[in-house]
Amino acid sequence: MAPALAWLAALMVVPCALVLALAFFRRGIYGGIEYTFTLENFGLVFDPLYAGIFLNSARIAGTATLIAVVIGYAAAYAISAAPRRWQPVFLFFAVLPFWSNYLIRTYAWIVLLNREGLITQLLRWFGYTGEPPSMLYTEGAVIAGLVYNYLPFVILACYAPLSRLNPELAEASRDLGASAATTFRRVVLPLTVPGIAAGAVFVFVLSIGNFVTPALLGGGRFQMIGNLVYDQFLTANDWPFGAALAMALIAIMLLVLTAQALAANRASGHVTQAGGNTDG
Amino acid sequence: MSEPRTLLAIDHVSKNFGRVTAVDGISLDIRENEFFALLGPSGCGKTTLLRMLAGFETPNDGRILLDGRDIAKTPPNKRPVNLMFQSYALFPHMSVRANVSYGLEMERLPAAEIRSRVDAILATTELVPFADRKPEQLSGGQKQRVALARALVKRPRLLLLDEPLGALDKKLRGAMQLELKRLQHEVGITFVIVTHDQEESLVMADRMAVLKDGRLLQCDTPHAIYEHPADRFVADFIGVMNFVPGQAAADGVVATNGARISGKVPATLSPGASAVASVRPERIRLFPSVETANRITGTVDALAYHGLDLQLHVRTPLSPKPFLVRVTADAADRRPVSSGDQVELGWDAADVRIFAE
Amino acid sequence: MAERSPGTRRTLWFVLSLVFAFLYIPIAVLVALSFNEGGLPTAWSGFSLKWYASLAGNSAILSAALNTLIVALVSTAIATLLGTLLAIGIEMRRQYGKALEALIFAPMIIPDIVLAIALLSFFSMLNLTMGLHTIILAHVVFNLAFVCSVVRARLKSFDWSIVEASADLGASALTTFRRVTLPVIAPAVIAGALLAFTLSVDEFIIAFFTAGAGRASTTLPMQIYAMIRFGITPEINALATIVMAVSITALTLSQRLNRGIIGQ
Ligand SMILES: Nc1ncnc2c1ncn2[C@@H]1O[C@H](COP(=O)(O)OP(=O)(O)OP(=O)(O)O)[C@@H](O)[C@H]1O
Ligand SMILES: [Mg+2]
Repeated sequence: MAPALAWLAALMVVPCALVLALAFFRRGIYGGIEYTFTLENFGLVFDPLYAGIFLNSARIAGTATLIAVVIGYAAAYAISAAPRRWQPVFLFFAVLPFWSNYLIRTYAWIVLLNREGLITQLLRWFGYTGEPPSMLYTEGAVIAGLVYNYLPFVILACYAPLSRLNPELAEASRDLGASAATTFRRVVLPLTVPGIAAGAVFVFVLSIGNFVTPALLGGGRFQMIGNLVYDQFLTANDWPFGAALAMALIAIMLLVLTAQALAANRASGHVTQAGGNTDG
Repeated sequence: MSEPRTLLAIDHVSKNFGRVTAVDGISLDIRENEFFALLGPSGCGKTTLLRMLAGFETPNDGRILLDGRDIAKTPPNKRPVNLMFQSYALFPHMSVRANVSYGLEMERLPAAEIRSRVDAILATTELVPFADRKPEQLSGGQKQRVALARALVKRPRLLLLDEPLGALDKKLRGAMQLELKRLQHEVGITFVIVTHDQEESLVMADRMAVLKDGRLLQCDTPHAIYEHPADRFVADFIGVMNFVPGQAAADGVVATNGARISGKVPATLSPGASAVASVRPERIRLFPSVETANRITGTVDALAYHGLDLQLHVRTPLSPKPFLVRVTADAADRRPVSSGDQVELGWDAADVRIFAE
Repeated sequence: MAERSPGTRRTLWFVLSLVFAFLYIPIAVLVALSFNEGGLPTAWSGFSLKWYASLAGNSAILSAALNTLIVALVSTAIATLLGTLLAIGIEMRRQYGKALEALIFAPMIIPDIVLAIALLSFFSMLNLTMGLHTIILAHVVFNLAFVCSVVRARLKSFDWSIVEASADLGASALTTFRRVTLPVIAPAVIAGALLAFTLSVDEFIIAFFTAGAGRASTTLPMQIYAMIRFGITPEINALATIVMAVSITALTLSQRLNRGIIGQ
């Protein structure tokens, strides 16, 4: 037990604390670190230029999250409605791609989207003769890549509460005169909010800190926080600012996780309330 | 009969978990070759006491002497004591044979000896046909026998059994009780069995101890405990008992309605103190033909057949709860009663036990 | 759920087919192209294994693959040992604080980029020469957490009384661990190790930051990243197919083992 904890302490806690400390130092003239206390790195985070990148990242991550949750929930719902013995199989195959290499999954989209890629070929096949559409290196490509990469997790997270849902609840709702749509909106959806929240948080957190997908599918044209951190450490050599950005990333992550915990609490309160109503 | 030798002496042993006192100053002697039962309601500290004997818990206070030697510092794997676990704790990845051989392998015995001893115990416990099965392929009763065989094959000085029959259904339980008795007789090992089923301990034990809240209430033969319970709790816990609350007098108890129940009053009870008189259902006679010291008239509330005998619930002015009366089927045939009938009950002063309330 | 109308059922199947198409077409295209003689998506010019053959002759890829194998094997071995012991330690005590829980959970949720730069800062502050060994040190951090969580999940349903039973029958603590505890949790330990191996083989960002300068410690994902940035080459298709086959096999195996545990 002790060696494992020591390992985590030495190679995770200490380095992270170091990054936190770095964020309070000044950048040296030649790229090194000058050990004088300053808050200007955090100030720089709120500089319009960088704040803009934050907002941009949040928008891209938010869009990807929304799309992934809609598709993922639909898929999870369809799986949970399949015959019982097929459900584990479907679930397994839905999650399988998640375990192949991230770079390769992203690369597959380069193959699909590039000017001579599969989609262009398909269009040609249907008789399209114009310029090949430019799909790669767009915001859309980045979002598609993020959705594709994280969708399996959303399916998994949404499936868990859906599969535990007591079918009699939906039947009771129909029995009491609600339509299928109303039943879904008033009974099924509220009871599966925790899964949706878990999936959404996951996609958002991983998307906003991502740097591989923007770099490969955005062609470096769409800077996200991850790329910014990368640049500060490996190109611009401004470690203190990079550290401050990393801490901002962690702060956002903690914020989102807290929000999720609160939402989950509210949702479970909602559930007991709903239970009380059906009794009464 | 020669004076039985003490095998294990538990001497003022206490154990607490934080603020909970699980075992509170218990002293007990367990004799060579006896079948000893620890009985008590759930949470009274039976398992804790047993685990201290096996070496899995260390007493906070007191000594445990095996053959006169203190074993407090001996680790479980060095004690000539084996425990049969409440959950059986069979190794799920080993066959029945491997489970049973395990303990002998730990003693580094020659393979041939291990083989013959394991074969012998598998035969005794009728497990030969299942020797190559895994625990998950066994029924509850079979698992229980494997757990027993695994402990017995080591020929411990003392075998501890924690509710060995708890997981079995009622019928199998009855068969297993006799089986355990027979095995104990056959192997000649001292058994200490934990149970919260009082009937089970009455059937099986040579001697038994009744515990409550970590304390020892009484330790004696089942017959002595049944006939002469030490206090009201034991009287209520072991078997069925009718209680009449009231006040102690010189030669009995004055019930709340003024009626007098005569019986021997213990010296510790001063006159006027609150007390209960009690009598076993099978000691009460219906329409007594001979003179009895105690007599009362009541109304039959309900009847229930229990095979050989008939149980009557009779409402009397003596106590708020109806009296339970056991009548043999023969007696009931001679003089049939039915619900709502007036009946006369009588019992001797010698059958009355009086306790402080 | 048999009472759904045929229309609803058809819609659900349709949704499911679309999602699976979305998930698998990109991968399938990649795999198909890796066997395409011409190597380009423009036309199918016949089945060929030539891109796999050309991979075998690419020394940069081979050395990267060897590096990855070393990193994955060593970090998995260390992480499996430490993670298993940690899991047993925690579950045996049963009383663990929130802080400990967070410490073990953190490596699984910290964004890779943050852990990557943290380790880079740390190693360079210590003036450590970076290379495969630093990648291994880094990979053990998250691998350990994953092994620990897999083994802990198994231990939640572990019957601790068999450990006591073993001691009761005369076994020492070590013998008990070797003959009882380990065999019973072995499927989970192996599943955890396979998971760790897969994660390590696929991990790019942290390796990228902690590999140090020079090509000597380039791992396969780093190599793939470099190739992808360079553009589409048919060789990547073949390499991608192999890497996917390896990790999917390992994962399927791990899943199997875990299923076995649940079935018990
Ligand atoms: N490890 C422990 N930590 C804290 N309290 C404990 C522990 N083990 C037992 N106790 C407490 O000690 C008391 C006696 O427990 P014990 O298990 O000995 O009861 P028992 O007589 O075997 O009950 P049962 O018939 O239900 O098995 C209980 O109040 C129990 O809650
Ligand atoms: Mg118990």
